[in-house]
Amino acid sequence: MDLPNLKPLKKVTRMKLQIEDSELVRDYISGNESALEVLINRHNQRITSFIYSKVLDRDITEDIFQDTFIKVIKTLKKGKYSEEGKFLPWVMRISHNLIIDHFRRNKRMPMFEGSDEFNIFSVIGDDKLNAEKQLIKNQIDTDLRQLVEELPDDQKEVLLMRIYKDMSFKEISENTGVSINTALGRMRYALINLRKIIDKNNIVLTN
Amino acid sequence: MEKIYSNYQEQTGFNKVCPKTINFLLSYSQALYEFEYEDLSFETFLN
Repeated sequence: MDLPNLKPLKKVTRMKLQIEDSELVRDYISGNESALEVLINRHNQRITSFIYSKVLDRDITEDIFQDTFIKVIKTLKKGKYSEEGKFLPWVMRISHNLIIDHFRRNKRMPMFEGSDEFNIFSVIGDDKLNAEKQLIKNQIDTDLRQLVEELPDDQKEVLLMRIYKDMSFKEISENTGVSINTALGRMRYALINLRKIIDKNNIVLTN
Repeated sequence: MEKIYSNYQEQTGFNKVCPKTINFLLSYSQALYEFEYEDLSFETFLN
């Protein structure tokens, strides 16, 4: 009996152990989310070491790594990535740019790290009022305008020009046709009368 | 000396980001949905 004519077995010279990056990228773009996990895990060490060698801070490294892959994900999902077999250099370039951004940002706004004994926010603060203080301020402004309305017309006129229009007493005297001393006197009486009204009605005008 | 040097390297280096970061990226990727409508590009997150 003749043996069938079998072809000799081909010797496998090169075994492909892992799927190429380009293939994983293609898979990911076509909807296979697990391909991304393989890509991240495959290049985790190289990218992390690269970022850490520049910034020398673990938390910042984590942040930049995360931002790098957020950019990667967005670009791939938008279909703007052109495959040239250079996935890792492309990702490294993104992280390199983000490292530069990080240093630029830090140069503009140097970071201060406080300690247990000293907190920078006990010395400096935001000069903007918070919502509650802004409400109180608005209420005080409204109350004060009502109190000013109680003043005699000549005193009210001088007070409004001085406080709300920021006019000098010289300008006030020119505008009202009275001497500077009279304007000063009216201002003084306006303030005295305002204090009297406040005391009489037990009004609290503090923020 | 060589041994001490390599130990020092191990202590100060940072080789891999934590699994939490990777999990975040995978969840982000799953949730992100990009689409275009009349030359406008939209980005949304799906639960």
